Amino acid sequence: MDALDGNAIAGVLHEVFGAEMTTATGTCGTCGASSLVAQLIVYLQAPGVVVRCPACGSVLMVLVQAHNMTCVDTNGLASLS
Amino acid sequence: MARTAVRRRLTWQVATVTSLTRETDSVRTIGLQPPDWPGHRAGQHLDVRLTAEDGYTAEREYSIASAPGEPVAITVERLDDGEVSPYLTGELRAGDELELRGPVGGYFIWEPGDGGPLFLVAGGSGIVPLRAILRHRQRTGSCVPACLLYSARSWEDVIYRGELDQYHDGVEVIYTLTRSQPPGWTGHTGRVDAALLGQVAWPAAAGPLAYICGPTSFVETVAAGLVGLGYPPERVKTERFGATGGR
Amino acid sequence: MSPVSRGFRGRRLPAGQAAGRVPPGQYVTPGFPVLSAGPTPHTPLENWTFSITQGGDTRKSWTWQQMRALPAGTVTADIHCVTRWSKLDTEWQGVSVDTLLDQVEHDAGYVLAFCDGGYTTNLPIEDVTGGTAWVAFGYDGEPLDPEHGGPARLLVPHLYFWKSAKWVRGLELLDEDKPGFWETYGYHMYGDPWREQRYAGD
Repeated sequence: MDALDGNAIAGVLHEVFGAEMTTATGTCGTCGASSLVAQLIVYLQAPGVVVRCPACGSVLMVLVQAHNMTCVDTNGLASLS
Repeated sequence: MARTAVRRRLTWQVATVTSLTRETDSVRTIGLQPPDWPGHRAGQHLDVRLTAEDGYTAEREYSIASAPGEPVAITVERLDDGEVSPYLTGELRAGDELELRGPVGGYFIWEPGDGGPLFLVAGGSGIVPLRAILRHRQRTGSCVPACLLYSARSWEDVIYRGELDQYHDGVEVIYTLTRSQPPGWTGHTGRVDAALLGQVAWPAAAGPLAYICGPTSFVETVAAGLVGLGYPPERVKTERFGATGGR
Repeated sequence: MSPVSRGFRGRRLPAGQAAGRVPPGQYVTPGFPVLSAGPTPHTPLENWTFSITQGGDTRKSWTWQQMRALPAGTVTADIHCVTRWSKLDTEWQGVSVDTLLDQVEHDAGYVLAFCDGGYTTNLPIEDVTGGTAWVAFGYDGEPLDPEHGGPARLLVPHLYFWKSAKWVRGLELLDEDKPGFWETYGYHMYGDPWREQRYAGD
């Protein structure tokens, strides 16, 4: 299954963060590379959404919908702004 | 008086389906009337949510096919092993309700002030947001030259063919047909590669702005090809879609 | 509350079909959906090993050749993915995890499976022993396809399929349960499909 990009999760990110996020910049906590959220690598075909760094492949964010709530983990990001 | 920007909360709303238009055997354009629509930008998306009687739900993201100021529409290709697209292209009727959330996305969008010349590259139903960009260009009277390179499996699979045929002023439409060609076809055949891009893309010196939308491998091939021609990476905007990622 | 989409049933079977064999909330698929949380690794077989580790030490390790020389068998099982598809009568070839753990003396209560690509998942020791779990390298008589976890994946069919870790490279022996990848992000620590243990708290 091919990976997609951050454009594919614009809606759920907007819901979680309360703002348009695909034009925000995420910085990888592992390698330090900065990318627009729209250009992050996104795996949708999984129990949750896994967002990875385009430079080093590290997991930056994981979104899981459980009990009608979307939980997001951003531990892999050094910053998101 | 001080004004405070009120951030619009993005919520699900129930739109009415106003029309279904056949584009190809497997593609339909769905006209939608949402009760609360703040207006959209060319290239944005919306999310669709279907709910079964037992409460089971499925969500997908689709590019908006219409230009800013036009009624909201999405164009959907039926994926035979899909769950949402067969419903939208086969079961849905005008007058039905459809739950949606949008508009969303701020990256893969174009405004006349962004300049150009525009080089738009579509793989299959990746044409949808690029069609919105072309319509927006037309409606705003922009004179930015635009070139659309559209890769489709066959002539029958070309979406918006009639509409694309009508562009003249400053818009060039180039097709490549990858699987089959009609008799007498003199256009391009096969997948988009570096050689074809070198032949049809604006030279990097012209300061072009590129938008590529299609399946992941298509987008990555084209983006690498354009960067290889000297396009600065930040002037090459990409949007990947997949079988369940949307559309 | 979302309105019902007229005529939308999703992919799920009407009740009654495959009765008794499909856990609640699941539909049966004839296909074999590919789920992945990252790129498909392609470790050359000459570099592949399977290790049992404990406290940072490798207790026992097998090369690909050594693994394939162990007694293997065919397993037929129904599998259930937490994303709601189930697939009936899947046929696998592999080595029982008992065969591997029998070669290491231990009193661990849990294991954490680890994989190429960094994926992990946790299981109680009794859920990978007693003929319940395998290291599978064949599917339907063919080498296991990389997109389905080849060269080898864990096969624990009685739990949700995220526990059947793709591209598995070993088991870490643990005294206490420790969440793996999806378990860290809110999925259930155990994952029994018959009790619909999808998320923490289910």
